[in-house]
Amino acid sequence: MRVVLPSPLFSYTGGQQELDGAGESVAQLLDFLESRYPGMRHRIIDEQDRIRRHIRFFVNGDGVAHLDHRLQTDDEVIIVAALSGG
Amino acid sequence: MLLVGTRKGAFIYRSDAARKKWRVEGPHFLGNVVNHLVLDPRDGRTLLLAAKTGHLGPTVFRSLDGGRNWTEAKQPPAFRKAKDGEEGRSVQSVFWLSPANASEPDAWYAGTAPAGMFRSKDGGATWEEVAGFNDGLYPNIMDKVGEVPDGSLLHSILVDPRDARHLYIGISTGGSFESNDRGETWHALNKSVEATFLPEKNPEYGHDPHLMALHPLKPDRVYQQNHCGIYRLDRPAVEWQRIGLNMPKEVGDIGFPVVLHPRDPDCIWVFPMDGTEVWPRTSPEGKPAAYRTRDGGKSWQRQDRGLPSEQAWWTVKRQAFCADACEPVGLHFGTTSGEIWSSTDAGENWSQIAAHLPHIYSVTAAPDS
Repeated sequence: MRVVLPSPLFSYTGGQQELDGAGESVAQLLDFLESRYPGMRHRIIDEQDRIRRHIRFFVNGDGVAHLDHRLQTDDEVIIVAALSGG
Repeated sequence: MLLVGTRKGAFIYRSDAARKKWRVEGPHFLGNVVNHLVLDPRDGRTLLLAAKTGHLGPTVFRSLDGGRNWTEAKQPPAFRKAKDGEEGRSVQSVFWLSPANASEPDAWYAGTAPAGMFRSKDGGATWEEVAGFNDGLYPNIMDKVGEVPDGSLLHSILVDPRDARHLYIGISTGGSFESNDRGETWHALNKSVEATFLPEKNPEYGHDPHLMALHPLKPDRVYQQNHCGIYRLDRPAVEWQRIGLNMPKEVGDIGFPVVLHPRDPDCIWVFPMDGTEVWPRTSPEGKPAAYRTRDGGKSWQRQDRGLPSEQAWWTVKRQAFCADACEPVGLHFGTTSGEIWSSTDAGENWSQIAAHLPHIYSVTAAPDS
């Protein structure tokens, strides 16, 4: 699964923007990312498992609002640090 | 050394022995909102920094080598996961950091927005909720004004140097509270503090302390710069005295910071701002000045020599004014317009030591290691 990260998360990946992810849902993908890059999950998902205000998830180009969204191995997941206006 | 937190990162200023020449290190965490940057006075080397970015959630970073290397908290301050049917809270920013009592090395407290209280036992690596606040006091005091638009703030976590269990806190908006059991239970401490923005006269809580300070040499003396004036409390009394009424009427007694003299509990400084009508939150009439009292608030002296004499429309946020421990005492403040001003003679004369920084949120003085 191809995962594309926004630049605010590069400090966790050493500058890597694209990586191979794994998981059968967005939640599992986040667990995978957290295991590889400790601390990343909390910066984009709050303690109530809500996607933070300025973060967006797109799966194969479609916006996804819930962490239980199912994923396939050939999906492309793009995490976007959404524009805040201005 | 001055530890400076700004809207766009952190800076460390180191001076020569005379505090005349300053060199800057930074920015650290460029682009991060840094609400507070604090040195642990117990070991003289641990720095904690509260950060978030425009996109990413809040966290805490720790340095053990004076800011050269930083490690993120493994478990940043976060509320517990809500039960089914319950609306859970989410920390929007870590606003305040306080080392705990000297008898508890590596213990820290954090205050957040919306108001939440957290404790670390391992030097800031992991944080746990103070349930007595988050699930006890907080839900019981929100009936007065509800949660405010940008999130209520828990700040001024004051730890009695004689007793690790004895705490004071300030909540904007919520009031001042005291605990004698390390935060398990709380009682309000707002008697005679005005809250002119509330419909109720003399409410038990719901007030808006902007900053509280407890003098380490006289821990029963607590000062408060409130949304509605400057106050003093001498425990065991529970009734605050509005010492700001002795300020010049044309200046008023509204502001954010209150700074203690490190060796004289009767001497404090405040930095008034315009709190009239629509609350411009600028220096009154564009003429910034610190005000000092040396008699516990009975009289105040204006100290503005060296500061702009007109058309200076900035002010000083609650964590952005501090005293050092030198003799004579030095004072240092950062402005909302990104300037740092310093005095090496207890406020008699001021000089600018930095400009063109981002909006400054916090300035703390610490001995250079």
